[in-house]
Amino acid sequence: MSALPDTVIVEPLATGAATETPLGRIARDFVTNPIAIFGIVLLLLVVLAAILAPFISPQNPYDLAQLDVMDSRLEPGSKALTGGTYWLGTDDQGRDMLSAIFYGLRISLSVGVASTVLALLIGLTMGLAAAYLGGRVETLIMRIVDIQLSFPAILIALILIAVLGQGTGKVIAALVTVQWAYYARTVRSAALVEKRKEYMEAARCLALPPSRIVFKHLLPNCLPPTIVVATVQVAAAIALEATLSFLGLGLPITEPSLGLLIANGYQYLLSGKYWISFFPGVALLVTIVSINLVADQLRDVMNPRLQK
Amino acid sequence: MLVYIIRRGLQSVVVLFLMSVLVFVGVYAIGNPIDILINPQADQQDRERAIAALGLDKPLPEQYWTFFTGALHGDFGKSFVHATPAISLILERMPATLELAFAAMLIAVVFGIPLGLWAGLRPNGIAGRTIMAGSILGFSLPTFWVGLMLIMVFSVVLGWLPSNGRGPTVDLFGLIPVSFFSVDGWRHLMLPATNLALFNVALLIRLTRAGAHEALLQDYVKFARAKGLTNRRIIGVHVLRNILIPIVTVVGLQFGALIAFAIVTESVFAWPGMGKLLIDSINVLDRPVIVAYLLIIVTMFIVINLVVDVLYSALDPRVRLTESKG
Repeated sequence: MSALPDTVIVEPLATGAATETPLGRIARDFVTNPIAIFGIVLLLLVVLAAILAPFISPQNPYDLAQLDVMDSRLEPGSKALTGGTYWLGTDDQGRDMLSAIFYGLRISLSVGVASTVLALLIGLTMGLAAAYLGGRVETLIMRIVDIQLSFPAILIALILIAVLGQGTGKVIAALVTVQWAYYARTVRSAALVEKRKEYMEAARCLALPPSRIVFKHLLPNCLPPTIVVATVQVAAAIALEATLSFLGLGLPITEPSLGLLIANGYQYLLSGKYWISFFPGVALLVTIVSINLVADQLRDVMNPRLQK
Repeated sequence: MLVYIIRRGLQSVVVLFLMSVLVFVGVYAIGNPIDILINPQADQQDRERAIAALGLDKPLPEQYWTFFTGALHGDFGKSFVHATPAISLILERMPATLELAFAAMLIAVVFGIPLGLWAGLRPNGIAGRTIMAGSILGFSLPTFWVGLMLIMVFSVVLGWLPSNGRGPTVDLFGLIPVSFFSVDGWRHLMLPATNLALFNVALLIRLTRAGAHEALLQDYVKFARAKGLTNRRIIGVHVLRNILIPIVTVVGLQFGALIAFAIVTESVFAWPGMGKLLIDSINVLDRPVIVAYLLIIVTMFIVINLVVDVLYSALDPRVRLTESKG
């Protein structure tokens, strides 16, 4: 239930001042808010932890040779038989939770990012097609988008999982299906505004080929609001994947994402062994909050109406 | 108006039909329930008898037709696992889910609107900022994890509230079992309802704050102040009444979402509602129940959306009744 409201409609970016590139202006405005800096630093740490997981983890949690069942379900801070400390405790198979979280972040982030990128590509194409071609194509695409957005994401995802079956590829497919409609709607509304502007008219008067008009002129100007939506959606996708995995309908046990780690600790919760669920949840929360903080600031920075 | 309702109604029927085909074909294309349902030691003959008894030997279009005509009569087939009609299984569980959703909505309204109003009236105060920061957390926290943490704190550590189940139920009108008539029922309801409400508390805080923020700048508020009305009357009557329209709409629309999200909460708290039934059914490939559940909830959504749309255009004449093109 952690998706932000989906009505993030941002006006396209106005042309930056003559002396600096739009990107430069965005970067300069972005760092004016200390909370946003905190968010992006946090996010960088999370991403670094995910990328560097094999190098910074105290153990490889999926190498059976490194696990010791004697060490299972130890409290945070316990000493391992082989020396070393389990700072966040161990799970039922003697896995170091800290290492499991680093590896879990890897999986959660890659599933979230992969599905967002795929959905973004589909959504961009559909949104641009709807806005540029108009007519029947537009009616058809937007009707599908409207219908889809009238159902909550989790319901669509569950229907798809029930229909497609389980597996990593299928979870990504479900996440993509859930998300593309948001991009399609955002891109279309931005493109409709851009389409009427003079530079588009000029491009048409120059008799540029349509592909050039769409990809070189229309597309770049529709990107700012789409990027904001995409940032929010990465967080939503990660949360949705975790929820599906927690319900036992997401990733297979061979891809232990944060959601699966939390689900695994669920059965030990009632006997007071909180750490198996608690710490992966904190990692998930930190990831989602940091992405949302960055998205919040991006939305403000990229909205010319809020410029002083 | 009538044309609009008819057109929207027809559109809903088409969506429902497409959904039924998609769900039916999809659900029936995955896995083979026979492998799960039948004793692995059964011989070929028993196997075939079971397949024939479940109607799984017929071609897919014929299976769909049987299902479709049955569904129109409210018959979604018998559950493979429970051997009772799927529809009655779901209807049996529905009161639990509805009760949970109502309780969650109540919590969301009782906490969300006053907190949002507070944050809107004093946007720069410490309380206002804290409330807004809290609402970001409400959006970001994964529901299922919050549920686990509620169990950990209130059931395991403090031991105040039970962590699962519904507790004793009392039959309302001798028909519908509900748990909010007994103290123990309330105690069971408390944690899951709070968990489910969290997202909507955050949503209502944001909506109310934005509404109040905007309303305070309006001329009618200035005029009310100029008339010398008390602050309480200005807020309670003039501001609140004007910001309620969008809030009521969202509460209506979110009710459907609550029923969908109850799937997660019910799984965490072992609440015997229809969401938990769905998850259990997916795990054992109990096709009739999966299909029946999905179609019932899709129907609920279509009806809720239709009602909200029609009400909205009835309440607000500015809403165009033609198909939106822009």
